[in-house]
Amino acid sequence: MRRTKQASPLITLSINGNDHMAVVKPFTTLLQVLRDQLGLTGAKCGCNQGVCGACTVLIDGKPARACLSLAANCTGRQIVTIEGVGSVAQPSRVQQAFIDAGAVQCGFCTPGMVLSSESLLAENPKPSVAEIRTALSGNLCRCTGYKRIIEAVRLASKAEAQP
Amino acid sequence: MTVHTPIVGTSVPKRDAKEKVLGQARYIADMTRPGMLHGAILQSHVAHARILGYDVSEALKVPGVHAVLTGDDVGDFRMGAFVKDETAIAKEKILYLGEPVAAVAADDEETARYAARLIKVAVEELPGVFSPEEALAPGAPILHEKLESYFKVFPAVCGGNLLSQTEITEGDVAKAWAECDIIVEGEYETQPQYHLSMEPCGALSEIDVDGRITLWSANQSVFRVQANVCESLGLPMSRLRCLTPKVGAGFGNKMEPHIQPICVALTMKTGRPVKMILNRAEDMETVRARHPFKVKMKTGAKKDGTLVAREVEALLDGGAFGDDSPGVLGYSLLMARGPYRIPNARCFGRVAYTNKMRFGAFRGFGNPQVSLAGETQIDQIADKLGIDHFEIRLKNALKDGERWFGGQLLKSNGLIECIEKARAASESVKHLKSQAAKGKLRGRGIAVGGHISGLLATGAIVRLLEDGTAVLNTGAVDIGQGSDTVLTQLCAETLRLPLDKVALASPDTDGSPYNWGTTASRVTYTTGRAVVAASKDVERQIKDHAAAMLNTTPDQLELRDGGFVGIKGSNTQLPYLAVSARAHWGVGGPIVGTNTLVFDTPTIDPKHGAATGLPFGQIGVFSFCAMVCEVDIDETTGKVEPVRAWYAADVGKAINPRLVEVQMEGGFVQGMGFALTEELVWEGPRLVNPNLRDYKAPTMLDAPYDIHTQIVEHPEPDGPCGAKGVGEISLVPVPAAIANAIADAAGIHLTQLPFTPERVLNAMLAKKS
Repeated sequence: MRRTKQASPLITLSINGNDHMAVVKPFTTLLQVLRDQLGLTGAKCGCNQGVCGACTVLIDGKPARACLSLAANCTGRQIVTIEGVGSVAQPSRVQQAFIDAGAVQCGFCTPGMVLSSESLLAENPKPSVAEIRTALSGNLCRCTGYKRIIEAVRLASKAEAQP
Repeated sequence: MTVHTPIVGTSVPKRDAKEKVLGQARYIADMTRPGMLHGAILQSHVAHARILGYDVSEALKVPGVHAVLTGDDVGDFRMGAFVKDETAIAKEKILYLGEPVAAVAADDEETARYAARLIKVAVEELPGVFSPEEALAPGAPILHEKLESYFKVFPAVCGGNLLSQTEITEGDVAKAWAECDIIVEGEYETQPQYHLSMEPCGALSEIDVDGRITLWSANQSVFRVQANVCESLGLPMSRLRCLTPKVGAGFGNKMEPHIQPICVALTMKTGRPVKMILNRAEDMETVRARHPFKVKMKTGAKKDGTLVAREVEALLDGGAFGDDSPGVLGYSLLMARGPYRIPNARCFGRVAYTNKMRFGAFRGFGNPQVSLAGETQIDQIADKLGIDHFEIRLKNALKDGERWFGGQLLKSNGLIECIEKARAASESVKHLKSQAAKGKLRGRGIAVGGHISGLLATGAIVRLLEDGTAVLNTGAVDIGQGSDTVLTQLCAETLRLPLDKVALASPDTDGSPYNWGTTASRVTYTTGRAVVAASKDVERQIKDHAAAMLNTTPDQLELRDGGFVGIKGSNTQLPYLAVSARAHWGVGGPIVGTNTLVFDTPTIDPKHGAATGLPFGQIGVFSFCAMVCEVDIDETTGKVEPVRAWYAADVGKAINPRLVEVQMEGGFVQGMGFALTEELVWEGPRLVNPNLRDYKAPTMLDAPYDIHTQIVEHPEPDGPCGAKGVGEISLVPVPAAIANAIADAAGIHLTQLPFTPERVLNAMLAKKS
């Protein structure tokens, strides 16, 4: 019976460098834990199907769909959300480049776009336009037409790495 | 001379860019309230039925469920932008498959969704109609039996399943065909397009001890939300306050209601805050989409390319509710003559109710559909007469001082400059068909368009604070396009204040002046006018105070950068702080500047044109655009790939040039999706692809990087600093430009959107054989 109470295990997740406790069922997703339990609402639920990329987070440095990642599978892994990138006083160079290039419109795709871009630049500091387009092709944007986002990543790749 | 550094005309970053890149921007799904419940809907499994009764007992037994809502809980109150035909939730009848028929409020979303599925609805199924032809056939089952009794905001020509019928004429088309040396005719068909704003629709409402309700939602107008919820639930507007968090884009889908009435009804029933966020499938199945059009068009010209006559007949699928359909129909017919001098034109159209989700406003508002027909016919006429595609447009383009279809005088018209600029830019890159990769055909197409910015009422309030800084309040919802930034620039420029000294109030139906909405490409133009006028009202009051303080007259005073008022030709000046302190504590009272206006230039001038069944009398001022698109066609698969695009748009004055350019870039890619891959597919009553896997919107790999934009500035005399809108004009010509590029590459004239590989390949094969 679906509604019977079952003990929900407590797990520990490493998010943005800190350990967080979360109560999860086997089918609880990482996105649900982030948004509903930890108040980390920067990752968005756009399709809940792994298509749109609005829920992108980094798991061990790689972009992952938080809506398709079971929370219970994420123990022992390093999770980075948009809240763990940059700060009000010092946005990351990717974040600053998104501002400077005018790559932000409605902003719903932006956290995912920023994280996919961070991951790309960490692996490939000087990507070509073709490499940017491939790396970010899993993140849908409906406002910008993508051009400014590509320009933001190029701008960030030219910016001197911050200490 | 004091130095003035302009703020208008500069590409300052969007006000909310930083909070968005940091993930700190809050959208409706990110909000919570103390004691909040979660709501979920039950969708109908049939397309057309009479509701006999509900069994909600199983749902109410589920632990954590607080209330179930059905049509029995709401009175027979109806909402609608043009025809008030829609209840808050299905009542008495079900009109489309997927329609919300019941809703549940529970402790959490999972419980609400689970319980909703336990509700049983007893129905008497009725035969349905799934195309406008079926709907208008004699003896067809009728969706709205009480249509005659519904309130309509205009004298609608309607009856049976006919929702609205419009006709606009100029000259004498029947006679004019005899004057034509050449006539082209065609039938065109366009598909339903899903808005796909990245943020699905959602709402959150709460109620206080006096029964007053506060509602946050993803929307394009807090005032339209207020009107729709109050109309559909029979509430006085004074009982409902509407607010907005950040909105994750709206391309027309969030202008009229989605889940807000149901959310408020659940809050009223439970007395608790309730939040409802549609999942992607529900958003695709229950909100709205772009109207499918069938267009018959005939255009005639003289040998020298002078256009003489055009006749248009359009048939639109309106879906189950009126929504914006009468508006889209009437507007598309006004646009169907194109931005051309065609002395004889008759445009006629009908929109019918069908048992599908409602179709409504979507960026372009019917214009892209008719432009596809019109702009492809212009090319066909040019080809048959051996005239260059640019030349025929330059020859027939409306000029300053000429009139739009129906008779409205054009006071600013940069169309010819747009065509020349797009031409020059595209010709600077040599068009070599041989440059296409092996197995590909390359072609270029041009299309032009005109579109309004305007419509209806708006206002602005500018308050000078005690310290001489200011706060602007307009009630306009920034849906991501950057209107908060643009309106602040206009206020700061007028008051000579730095941008960070002008705050912006969030839209609030309690505190903001009325604003019809963020739609019709109107905020920069319409609300911008109110902002400038309200700021000038503040300027006048500042000068009155300063004149008394400096022992001079207001006309001797000028505003100076940084927030100073000084005597012309002298160093004597006062900071606004001194003026505002006098107003607050001494004489006159705090300085508040206000302005409200309604767009009031008639669309139809009876000396020139005539219209019947047109749902709006005053639509707006005109922006213009020309574009060239280059595509490659894969000869083996038929796949069309846009390679480059060159745009030029006349926006009067670019308040923030970068935001104008992004509108063009974004409009291109959304228009490209409409032209090539996007389609909501119904098989009979069922929408079969309500998910982003099977609904194909362009990704970064599909969209060309090379989108070249140019801004043309022919100032609109009464626009704020000369500005007019750009939001929709950017999408209008895209399908037509791609169609014309395909014709250039492969010699085929496609008439049915989207131009899928299958359609392209079949047309190429048919041409060979």
